[in-house]
Amino acid sequence: MSESTVAPQHAQTPPAPPRPGDLTDQLIASDFWTEQMLVDAGIPIIDVPFVTVGGGIGSFVTADYLRICGVPTDAIRVLTPLKHPWESYEYLTTVSQIPRGERLRSDSSSTPDNIWGFPSYALREGLHGNLKQLWNVLVEPIWANYYTPKAGHAFESMEKEMHRIRYQEMVVHGQVRMVRRRVGGGYFTILTPPEGAAATRRIAYRSQWVHIAIGYPGLKFLPDLQKYRSEYNDYSRVVNAYEPHEHIYERLKLRPGVILIRGGGIVASRVLQRLIDDRDRLGLQTQIVHLFRTYVDTPHGNGIFKRRKGADGWAYQGFNYPKSVWGGQLKQQVRKSEGQERATLYKEMGGTNTPVRRDWQEQLKRGRAQGWYRVMIGQIDNMRPVGELVEVAVSSNQGPQLGTFDAVIDCTGLEADIREHRVLADLLDHSNAQRNPVGRLDVGRNFEVTGAQNGGKMYASGSSTLGGPFPGVDTFFGLQIAAQEIADDLIKQGFAKKLGPGRSTSQWWKWVRNKTI
Amino acid sequence: MLPTLNGRIQTRIFLLAVVGSLWTLIITPILPIDAPLGTAYKTTFSILLVVAVLGIVWELIYHGIQQFRWEKDWPTIFGLLTAIPEGLLVWFLLAGGAIPWIDSVPGPAFVIDFVTTWLVVWLVANGPMRVPFIHWRINGGRLI
Repeated sequence: MSESTVAPQHAQTPPAPPRPGDLTDQLIASDFWTEQMLVDAGIPIIDVPFVTVGGGIGSFVTADYLRICGVPTDAIRVLTPLKHPWESYEYLTTVSQIPRGERLRSDSSSTPDNIWGFPSYALREGLHGNLKQLWNVLVEPIWANYYTPKAGHAFESMEKEMHRIRYQEMVVHGQVRMVRRRVGGGYFTILTPPEGAAATRRIAYRSQWVHIAIGYPGLKFLPDLQKYRSEYNDYSRVVNAYEPHEHIYERLKLRPGVILIRGGGIVASRVLQRLIDDRDRLGLQTQIVHLFRTYVDTPHGNGIFKRRKGADGWAYQGFNYPKSVWGGQLKQQVRKSEGQERATLYKEMGGTNTPVRRDWQEQLKRGRAQGWYRVMIGQIDNMRPVGELVEVAVSSNQGPQLGTFDAVIDCTGLEADIREHRVLADLLDHSNAQRNPVGRLDVGRNFEVTGAQNGGKMYASGSSTLGGPFPGVDTFFGLQIAAQEIADDLIKQGFAKKLGPGRSTSQWWKWVRNKTI
Repeated sequence: MLPTLNGRIQTRIFLLAVVGSLWTLIITPILPIDAPLGTAYKTTFSILLVVAVLGIVWELIYHGIQQFRWEKDWPTIFGLLTAIPEGLLVWFLLAGGAIPWIDSVPGPAFVIDFVTTWLVVWLVANGPMRVPFIHWRINGGRLI
């Protein structure tokens, strides 16, 4: 069970001697809390109207939106173990081979530092003299691959916006343990501050609104990988691409090796690029076997209006959803759908996919021609260490296959069940939160957590809400769309000022001038 | 852009009415039209009106074409290239006398008027529009 986002934590609380102000059995067992129960436990109560839990990019864009809608810093608290909002995200992108200088898989106008998406990243690069990027967004995706921003560009611009909106004044470091409903309305959010930071072990934040943005509930490994690790206690030769695995690339520099890659998504593309870049740059002799469970060799889909491109094993798509989920036809269609109809829409646009990029196409084409990149279709049955290698048994479309590899890099899946996260499990058990048709946290069109209303409202955004009336939740722009829906709902309740054309334009002008608000 | 059919039509009418009108006010006096300014304005605003009205039919066609795209998007360049068929159609209608209250427009004047108006509207639609209307881009281009 994890307590927080997947990146290494700074505010982990090691086992400590009993300190005053800890949770009691009565608190843990009760769905609704009173002030007296907290007073009896010695837990101090801090009042703030709006609390956001997580402190990653989801919390950041929501706080950004609310600040632009005139909410003062003292009305918002960001409860987080992270040093800055992009820390967890940057950890994941870096280990999965997107360091700051590489480009993300994100649209030019998905700008978490700017709620208007204007100027877009490409326009900003253009204004700094990189006219090639402007040309790219003009002709994409017809005569160029989609433009995407450099990871570093996204992080640096978020940092600038973080200072502009005085985000750090709203941050309280620590680990959120749970959110419970308050008798009489609103919520209590229990924070465990870092050791030595507070006089008590826990602090309660009493608020009318709570926003849950804790990111991925945790890493999920396929059963064969878990079995290999528990049986052979080897964490070095069989890795998931979202774990640090630089040692594999380092070992290949010392001696030639054969690598098995599993998966057909963006991470597989990135890992292949890294292996082939190293091969080209350092003259390595790395051999690659790529295992696809589902091999896509033609355009696919239901009927002529729903054909997604595909070739050489991969399903091709610019971003992780068809683009119109972020504002157009598909967004509208899913928003209006319920139950089975929605599940069908998700299924139609689902499936692992990766973008077409010219450099990747060239590398794999060369690998196929020269024989150092081979493809297999099937599933892993078993893995076992043999000397310094890993022996992998595969059920393939050509029958059973057995091969030995220097390393296996699993590039599949990422997300664990929401119950794996302590805060979400607590919401399911004690706050009447519900699961949506795909098993994640159920939210309404305004991103309110279904069933958890209690005078105030509880909102949630990000990957834990996938499967709701808006599909692109786990993306930069998706988080901003959620922030907009949440802000609109809070505006209706009088917490924030309406963002009409006048306010929107004047606030944008402040953004342009980098004026602190 | 990621338009819905309703959003397409609303965006076209709004942008032509506001941005297009402003631009037409500015550009008309310097167009090579050998007529009093009042007549020139009547001509250019008539062209704007024809583009808006015919545009509703064009948007239906574009929406149909969009259905063949997996992403259900409308690439930026399409918004520029569609000026060619739309401009030609309006010119042929003018030349053929299908718009009876306009006598004739010199070719260069029509090209400058049509192309610059189209460019200004296209530029506004691809960025600045999002500044005052923050909900516009996530609502498929709908304003109401």
